[in-house]
Amino acid sequence: MMDKYSLLHKIGIYASLALFILFMLLPFVEMFVASLRPIDHLFSRPKLEVGETMGFVDFMSRFWSDKMSFQAYRDMWVTVPQLPRYIFNSVFIASAVTLLSMCFIVPAAYAYARFNFRGKTTSLTLFLAVNMFSGAVLLIPLYKLLRSYGLLNTYWAMIIPGVAFLIPTGIWLLKSFLEKIPYELEEAAFVDGASRLYTLRRVILPLAVPGLIVVGVAMFIGAYAQQFLFAITFNQNRDYMPLPAGIFEFIGYQTVLWNEMMAASLVGVLPVLLIFLFMQKHLISGLTSGAVKE
Amino acid sequence: MKQFIELFKPKTKSQTTTMFAWALIAPAALVMFWIVLWPLYETFRLSFTNSNLGTLMGGADFVGWENYEKAIGGRKFPAIVTRTFYWMFLSVSFKMILGLIGATLLASNIRGRGIMRALVMPPWIVPIAIGCFGWVWLYNGHFGLLSNFVEMVGITDGPFSFLAYKQSAFYSAVVTDVWIGTPMVTLFFLAAMQGVPKDLYEAAYVDGASRWYRFRRITLPQIMPTIVSMALLSAIWTFNSFEIIWILTEGGPRGATTTLIIDTFKTAIFSYKFGAGATRAVLVVLILGVFSVIYLTVLGRLTKKYNYGGVQK
Repeated sequence: MMDKYSLLHKIGIYASLALFILFMLLPFVEMFVASLRPIDHLFSRPKLEVGETMGFVDFMSRFWSDKMSFQAYRDMWVTVPQLPRYIFNSVFIASAVTLLSMCFIVPAAYAYARFNFRGKTTSLTLFLAVNMFSGAVLLIPLYKLLRSYGLLNTYWAMIIPGVAFLIPTGIWLLKSFLEKIPYELEEAAFVDGASRLYTLRRVILPLAVPGLIVVGVAMFIGAYAQQFLFAITFNQNRDYMPLPAGIFEFIGYQTVLWNEMMAASLVGVLPVLLIFLFMQKHLISGLTSGAVKE
Repeated sequence: MKQFIELFKPKTKSQTTTMFAWALIAPAALVMFWIVLWPLYETFRLSFTNSNLGTLMGGADFVGWENYEKAIGGRKFPAIVTRTFYWMFLSVSFKMILGLIGATLLASNIRGRGIMRALVMPPWIVPIAIGCFGWVWLYNGHFGLLSNFVEMVGITDGPFSFLAYKQSAFYSAVVTDVWIGTPMVTLFFLAAMQGVPKDLYEAAYVDGASRWYRFRRITLPQIMPTIVSMALLSAIWTFNSFEIIWILTEGGPRGATTTLIIDTFKTAIFSYKFGAGATRAVLVVLILGVFSVIYLTVLGRLTKKYNYGGVQK
């Protein structure tokens, strides 16, 4: 009874949701439309007579041209020969960051989820406080640090800071997953004489696989998303540039080939969008489980 | 040496646990020391030097408070700080309001809400930089969708370059920032709303409470802790937001979108004034720290006074 809506109510909810979703998807829709339009159509304004103002039909004409095609998706590889390289770099850096960060996240999250020890709350708070610092605040010393190790203009220049800034969130997420695994299982293993490390490896980790996957995917998406600031400051080498930094150079060209730029952007986000689509349900419930509990 | 090792040998069971736990945390903690804590200290130290491109790796002179005096006493500084807080306040408010509206809508019992929940997420999933490229095109003066739209509706007489004027560039950047931040806020509010015990609503419904009343007196107080923490988190991130402004306007036109973090980046990376840049970075950290403390104290007081969220525990 309580959850029943009147027709008017229903229409109101759907209409507001449509508006909300329109706002969220508008840039992507427009990017897609732009990627289909030939460049001369993109750079043309609706033909108006002298003294005439733009009407609805004139406005709509910007969304449609007879010459619309997927040509930009073919041409972009010629205009920017490094494009495959950029996409590979993005995926490679994100994968490396994910794998590396998980190596640090798993043991730490296990410790926070399972043991009561001195300094637990303090250290966890300190980890989470890292989220207060933007990478932009630490750029100068990080630049210095990477330079002194000779890591500027290498993949490492983007991987190392990437890993560091994802660890705190990762620990926090995985911790709430591990806390859900019943403690009795470990006790049983202890009673059977298993060592702590053996228990972690053979009892906890297999049970934590769903949680590990969700956190891993979240880390991948995060790593994919943060490839801009570090990439434009720590790396000048085109061979190692991730996609966002590569596409940013498009904007610097004299005439921006917007259709190709949009096509490249959309192709570039395909990896994360696909992963999100497949994992959507688990990801959303996993990411918010920490918030619900409180 | 032997005595030294003896000192760290666990004597009780709880000590063993502590040591094992710390051994598990150590790798992550070391990375934090190396990549966050040490650079933070370095930033602090550099902020008292005149380090530049030539003296980055050493040899910069200690200049005391000079950088701070110049930064804080600078002609533009008060404007930049005010702008940063205005930017944060505006953007966070919209994120919270839109997030609340979105979450309430998505929590309602209607068909297709699963798909709609997924459709709201892309701005958060897609790399910030790439979402911004889309917005740069949307804001384009002659050929962009929004320019054409305002012209059609009759708000402007001709094409309008959103990013070319001081006012419009600032508010355009706010819109883009809100667009990127809203999905996550929505998602967390939605999760919190679903965690509210159903019987509270049922009891209120039986007593004849209207939908609006139930929202105001049950939903809001129940999810207040989530709102409070999301607002703080969101405020910190918005304060630190770099990519959006940099891609849209690079801080322009004529400084109209230069927030503290953009000013830091410009000074340090573009003008190679590392010392002066570090000073600004320290100021960012200090201001954020003070802001967080004030926010939490004030909220703590308010919570005591009005007993927000007191229903649940």
